Amino acid sequence: MSTSVATAGRRAPTTAHKHSLHRSRMWALWGSYIALGVFVIMFLIPPFYTLMTSLKSSAEISAQTGSPWIVHHPTLANFWYLITYPNFQRYYLNSIIVTVLTVAVSMVISVLAAFSLSRMGFWGSQTLSTGVFLTYLVPSSLLFIPLFQIVGWLGLINNFWCLVLLYPTLAVPFCTWIMIGYFSSIPKELDEAALIDGAGYLQILWKIFIPVAMPGIIAATIFAFTVAWGQFLYPLAYLYTSNQMVLTVGIISDLIRGDVFQWGKIMAACLLASLPPILIYAFLMDYYVAGLTAGATKG
Amino acid sequence: MAEVSCRKVIKEYDGGVQAVKGIDLDIADHEFVVLVGPSGCGKSTTLRMIAGLEEITSGEIWIAGDVVNDVPPRDRDIAMVFQNYALYPHMSVFDNMAFGLKLRKFPRDEIKRRVDEAARILDLVPLLERKPRALSGGQRQRVAMGRAIVRNPKVFLFDEPLSNLDAKLRVQMRTEIKKVHQTVRTTTIYVTHDQIEAMTLADRVVVMNGGHIEQVGTPQELYHHPATRFVAGFIGSPAMNFLPCRVQDAANGNLAVKVTDSIVLPVPPARADRYAKYKDKSMILGLRPEHLFEYHEQGKPGWTRVDLPVDVVEPMGMETMVHFFVDGVPVCARVDPATHAEPNEMLPLTADLNQMHLMHPETGQVV
Repeated sequence: MSTSVATAGRRAPTTAHKHSLHRSRMWALWGSYIALGVFVIMFLIPPFYTLMTSLKSSAEISAQTGSPWIVHHPTLANFWYLITYPNFQRYYLNSIIVTVLTVAVSMVISVLAAFSLSRMGFWGSQTLSTGVFLTYLVPSSLLFIPLFQIVGWLGLINNFWCLVLLYPTLAVPFCTWIMIGYFSSIPKELDEAALIDGAGYLQILWKIFIPVAMPGIIAATIFAFTVAWGQFLYPLAYLYTSNQMVLTVGIISDLIRGDVFQWGKIMAACLLASLPPILIYAFLMDYYVAGLTAGATKG
Repeated sequence: MAEVSCRKVIKEYDGGVQAVKGIDLDIADHEFVVLVGPSGCGKSTTLRMIAGLEEITSGEIWIAGDVVNDVPPRDRDIAMVFQNYALYPHMSVFDNMAFGLKLRKFPRDEIKRRVDEAARILDLVPLLERKPRALSGGQRQRVAMGRAIVRNPKVFLFDEPLSNLDAKLRVQMRTEIKKVHQTVRTTTIYVTHDQIEAMTLADRVVVMNGGHIEQVGTPQELYHHPATRFVAGFIGSPAMNFLPCRVQDAANGNLAVKVTDSIVLPVPPARADRYAKYKDKSMILGLRPEHLFEYHEQGKPGWTRVDLPVDVVEPMGMETMVHFFVDGVPVCARVDPATHAEPNEMLPLTADLNQMHLMHPETGQVV
C-alpha cells in the first residue's frame, strides 16, 4: 500500500511539471515572435520608405496626394541620374578608396597588436591591453577639433587621404580588442606545438592564428568597414570640395541645395550607398558565425 | 636519437616559488622514461624546460651532448605531444603532420613518404584528408603522435597525453604508445600522474614530489624496493598500508614488530639484521594489500596469521578487497573471492612479511 501511495504521489507533480513546461515554452515562443515582429517592422519600415521614395519622381513626391507608401508611377530616373552624375561617381570612388585602405591599415595594425598583446607576454602588455580599450571609449566628437590641428599641420585639410589617417584611430582600438579576445581563446598549446614544429612568431601568426581566428578577423573587418564607410563627422569637418568628398557628406551637400531637398535622389543615393555594406554582410555573415576552433583541442 | 641530462635544474617563478628544486637526471638513448607524481610536483615543468617552452632558472639541460639552455624549442630537435592534442584545427590530418616538415623545407615527396609511413604505423591512412574536428578523441591523439613521429626527432616528449581519453581508450592508446616506441626506438620522456601508466610504459620511472626526485628506477625496483614512504604509497594500487609499529625482541629471541598488543609480527630472519638497530624505536610498517591475503593452513616461511575485524568488503570479480581498521588506521587486504568475509566479523589473514617494509616515521626513508 505504501508503495502505491508513493508512486501516485510521485507521478502527479511530474505530469504537472511537464504541462507547465510545455506552456511556458509556448509563452516564450509567443513572446519571441511578438518581440521579433516589432523589431522587424521597426527596422524595415525606414528602408522600405527609402525605396518607395527613391522610385518616385520629384513631382509625385511634392504632389502629396494619396498614400506616401505607394508608388503610382515608378521611375528609375533618380538612380539613372546618380549613376551618370560625375560627382556621385567621384564620391563613390573616394569612399571605396578610403574604406579599403582604412580596413587594410586597421586590420594589419590590430592583428599585429592583438597578437603581441595576447601572446608575447612582454612587460606591460596587460596595461597596454587595457589602454587600447580605454582609447576606444573616447568619443570621436571630442577628438575632431584637436585632430583638425594635426590634419592642418600635415597639410591634409580638404584631402580625403586625411581620412585614411584618421579612421584607423577609430577602428584600431576596437578591432584590436576583438582580436585580443579571439587570440586569447586559442589554446596556448597550439602556439607551443607550432614553436616546437619549428615556426617563428610571424609564422605562428600567419599560418595558425590568422586562419584559426578568421571569424574574429571577419568581425573586426566588418567593424572597420562600417566605421570607414559610414563616418560622417570627420569628412564633414575636413572636406569641403566635391572632388574630395566621400558618400556620406557628398550626398547631403550635393543633393540638398539651400532649402531644397531632392528627396527622390537623396533616397536613391542612400540605397546605392548602402549596397556595399549589404553585400559584405550577406557574404561574410556565414563565415563570421562559423566557429573554426572546433576540434583543435578536446571539445 | 639522443640522451638527455638534467644537471641541478631549478625552476623558480616570479615571487620566489620553486616548482623544480634542483633535479639531476640522466636518460639514455632509446630509453622510455616516465616522470610521475601528484599535481604540482614539477613533472610537467621539467618536461617543458626540456622542450624549451619554459626557461631554466639555473642548472643545465643537455640533449645529445649539447647544453640547450639557450636553444629555442625549434632548434632542439624534439617533438612534443600535448594533453589536449593541440592539433591545428584548420588543417587536415595530413597537413597537421606535415606542418613541421614544411617549415623545415623538406622536399614534397619526402614529406609525403614520411607522413604516409607515420599514418601507416598509427592506422591513420583513411583519415588523412579529415579535419581534426571530424576525429574522435583517440584519433586526434594518434594524429598528435603522428605529428611527432614524422619529424624523426632526437627526443619525444609526452605531456599527460592520455588524460583526456576515457578509461577504455586510455588502455588501448597506452599499448599503442608502447608499440610505437618499440618500432621507432626514439628516446622518450613521458609525464603522467597515473602510476599504472608509468609502470606499464616505462623502462625507468622517475617519481617526483614537491619539486624533488624521490626515486628513479625500473617499475619492478620501485614496486619491490621503494626508497621512501612517498614512493611506497604512490606506486601500487590500492596503495600500501602504513601502520605505526614498534620494533622489539620476540619471545623466541628473534625480532618482531608490534603493531598493537594483539598484533605482534615476527620479522623474517633475512631482514632481522637490517632492522636490529631500530630495536625499541617507533617505526612505520608498510605492507601492500596484495601481501595481506586469505589465511592458508600450509604457510610458507615469513607468513604470519593475523585476525582483523572486517569493515567493508568490495568484490572486484577476480579478487576481493577487504577493508579493516587497526587502531583507527585503515588497512586493506586483497583476498581470494572465494573467501567468506562479512562486515563486523573477524577474518583470519596471512601477512607475507617477506614483502614488508620498515620506514622511519620522520624522514620517511625505507630502512
